[in-house]
Amino acid sequence: MRQIFAGLAGGLFGIGLWLSGMTDTLKVQGWLDIFGAWDPTLAFVMGGAIVPMAVAWRFTTGRQPALGGSFPGRPSPRLDAKLIGGSALFGAGWALSGLCPGPALASVSWGGFGSIVFLAAMLGGMALTPRLRTRLDGNAAGV
Amino acid sequence: MPTDWLWALLGGGIIGSAAALYLLVNGRIMGASGNVGELVDGIVLRSGAGRNWPEPAAFLAGLILVPALVVWAAGGAQTHVTSALWPLVLGGLLVGVGTRLANGCTSGHGVCGISRLAPRGIAATLVYISVGAVTMLVLRHQLGIL
Repeated sequence: MRQIFAGLAGGLFGIGLWLSGMTDTLKVQGWLDIFGAWDPTLAFVMGGAIVPMAVAWRFTTGRQPALGGSFPGRPSPRLDAKLIGGSALFGAGWALSGLCPGPALASVSWGGFGSIVFLAAMLGGMALTPRLRTRLDGNAAGV
Repeated sequence: MPTDWLWALLGGGIIGSAAALYLLVNGRIMGASGNVGELVDGIVLRSGAGRNWPEPAAFLAGLILVPALVVWAAGGAQTHVTSALWPLVLGGLLVGVGTRLANGCTSGHGVCGISRLAPRGIAATLVYISVGAVTMLVLRHQLGIL
């Protein structure tokens, strides 16, 4: 049952990404081109997505997920170097390729060779990260 | 096109509904990099990180297969992805490392974080959009290589 609803959520997410224009790298690069020929359309995607999700978060108070377990706890408010540095690397990569993880996966079936190259590199980067994270934590601890 | 913003709003509403479904039914954060990373960590670290693998695996299968089917039925779509290799390889590496270090991307920090006013989600989103904008400015308008 958990897998069925996970698959359903993933499928709905993918359709939304496609309809919204997030899988079109030209639109994404236009959205990031704030200092150039800025295309603000994709702001509506974030706006449209935040409303149902804000309602959902309100609904979680004092309740349990429908399939049991517990809701994710309140995240730590602490901003650290990994959050800021990682997000900076992500922003640069997003602009370079016009792809972020969700749209890259959703559009891999029609994105051709370029999509596959991007995904392979992304998975490689993710596979390297645990080692990198350990090293960063070691440096931060003065090891 | 003048109707683009309507599609963006509609698509965004569907994305938010998917995130709400994943949260309210499965109790999970709908982050693309988080769900992929959970599987990758499970394989790389051979640890308990991927213990719950069927759930993110089913999520990712839906994320790839359902749009594949819908777009095929709709007669195809365009990603306009570049044919130059270096932005794809470098971009992919940066997106992979960056989202795992930061523990989230546009969906996890953006949609799921901002909607609960999480300081980390808001900060991450401001940083990746700003750095993305500066990257476009430098590579497209200053150097003319993008």
